[in-house]
Amino acid sequence: MTPIRPRGAPLAPLTAKERERFDFAVIAHWIPEGEHVLDLGCGDGRLLRYLNESKRITGYGVEIAHESVLGCIRNGVDVIQIDIEGGLSGFEDRSFSHAIISQALQAMHSTERILNEMLRVADEAIVSFPNFAYRVNREAIAAGHMPVSEDLPYEWYDTPNVRFFTIADFEALCDKLGIAVRERLAFDAFGQPVTDDPNLNGSLAFYRLGRA
Amino acid sequence: MSLENSVGNVAPQRFCRNAPLALKGGGQLPSFELVYETYGTLNAARSNAVLVCHALSGSHHVAGTYADNPNSVGWWDNLVGPGKPLDTNKFFVIGVNNLGGCYGSTGPLSINPETGKRYGADFPLVTVEDWVAAQACLADDLGIDTWAAVIGGSLGGMQAIEWSLEFPERIRHAIAIASAPKLSAQNIAFNEVARQAILSDPDFHGGHYAEHGVVPTRGLRLARMIGHITYLSDDQMDEIFGRNLRNGEHSFSYGVDFEVESYLRYQGDKFAGFFDANTYLLTTKALDYFDPAYAYGGDLAAAFARARASFLVASFTTDWRFSPARSREIVFALMHNRRRVAYAEIDCDAGHDSFLLDDAHYHAVLRAYLENIKV
Repeated sequence: MTPIRPRGAPLAPLTAKERERFDFAVIAHWIPEGEHVLDLGCGDGRLLRYLNESKRITGYGVEIAHESVLGCIRNGVDVIQIDIEGGLSGFEDRSFSHAIISQALQAMHSTERILNEMLRVADEAIVSFPNFAYRVNREAIAAGHMPVSEDLPYEWYDTPNVRFFTIADFEALCDKLGIAVRERLAFDAFGQPVTDDPNLNGSLAFYRLGRA
Repeated sequence: MSLENSVGNVAPQRFCRNAPLALKGGGQLPSFELVYETYGTLNAARSNAVLVCHALSGSHHVAGTYADNPNSVGWWDNLVGPGKPLDTNKFFVIGVNNLGGCYGSTGPLSINPETGKRYGADFPLVTVEDWVAAQACLADDLGIDTWAAVIGGSLGGMQAIEWSLEFPERIRHAIAIASAPKLSAQNIAFNEVARQAILSDPDFHGGHYAEHGVVPTRGLRLARMIGHITYLSDDQMDEIFGRNLRNGEHSFSYGVDFEVESYLRYQGDKFAGFFDANTYLLTTKALDYFDPAYAYGGDLAAAFARARASFLVASFTTDWRFSPARSREIVFALMHNRRRVAYAEIDCDAGHDSFLLDDAHYHAVLRAYLENIKV
């Protein structure tokens, strides 16, 4: 995976906008041209629009928030307003090549159900999330405070996140659920790929998952 | 009623077709007429036409007012007009009274050319498919090959669905609001009670009440009262009426005690004063029969395989007549066929009738979708 910036460029943490584009690029990299995907917690549909424009990928977004659904419709993105906390009943088995959940799993309660449902309706799942055990976050906790950063941009009292987990935690859950990690990528807050101890050095984690 | 962004004064037009129309239930109409209204201007490419389909008691009078009656505002005037979500600066909008209706299109009140008398109960049972076929004749006459969109709520949404199945190449967008792919047993049950109210009215005379110079108002009134209960939500009824008393105390009689009774009687009386009982009967049967999956062994996804249109499906959380789950059936059938569909489940406390209101989010959704339609 190419880092978002050329090596040698001055390093500053990715801004929210850069991080989003980065997130999209990593996900697009994993999906072949013309595939049919499901994007859970799709917001205003920007990822789907990006996937369609860059790789002719079709599919549907799923959202519960009214404003996001409206945003999708404005963006011309096909969105289904359903609460995925209750599962994906009605969605047919293996009807998508990929089910994606981009930077949203940490904001949902029924983690296990959602992961299982993703791999029921799609051949492969793509998950990205902020790694709570990233060095900077550990330092914040060690200093006595909940971490706030570009990748965790909320105060403890206004965060939409309800599940706080790490790369190590997520892989343990996959193992428990019989989910195979087909590929993992981790990046630091500067968008540089991390291979050495990603649970410590990775701020953003990306997974390509399948049935074990 | 604000006249801002109104299409202004409108006048109904009449389309006559002097050729037979075969009906789904067997038989045919030797000829027929449809009354309709148009708003906006058909563009040179004829690519901006939108058909608005009415529900059980609606008509061709969708927007604007009649010059001789300032209170005659169209039933979906809050949606249709210059600058409104269904923008008549962009679209050429058509409202049509369906076959079997009682607002001027050929129906039970029309003269049967074979007998020289009103059809009355002899008017054949027409279906949603027949309505769409008749609307297609009108579209032909107006030179509209393809609709930019067909839109409707409730039974009107069923017509939008039917357009996508019967004429897949003639409709680019289908907008089905507070609709369903078929009625449930409970829906049919409510319709049957309403029909029995009319059929058992001594003034019904087997549907030939006109010849007796009477109208089965008691039956119609009851039918409308039952219908009204199902169009509103429990919460909304509680909010509006609660147990409020009409005269401040219990009367210990069968007169009107509670406000809700007064409201239902008023709605029933009003409706019975203008609506035709035979039209009511046949329209409820058209609702009951609508089931595009029927010919596919109940497989709705198979029925939708023909559809080519992009869909907007919308439902309301408090609608128990056509609940959100019924709209989701449409959505999943479309998704099975990988058709384009957006689905919005709108928070609105007004039950089934929400589709007629101008809830800000609901209208924002419609506006956003309609703005993206290329003409």
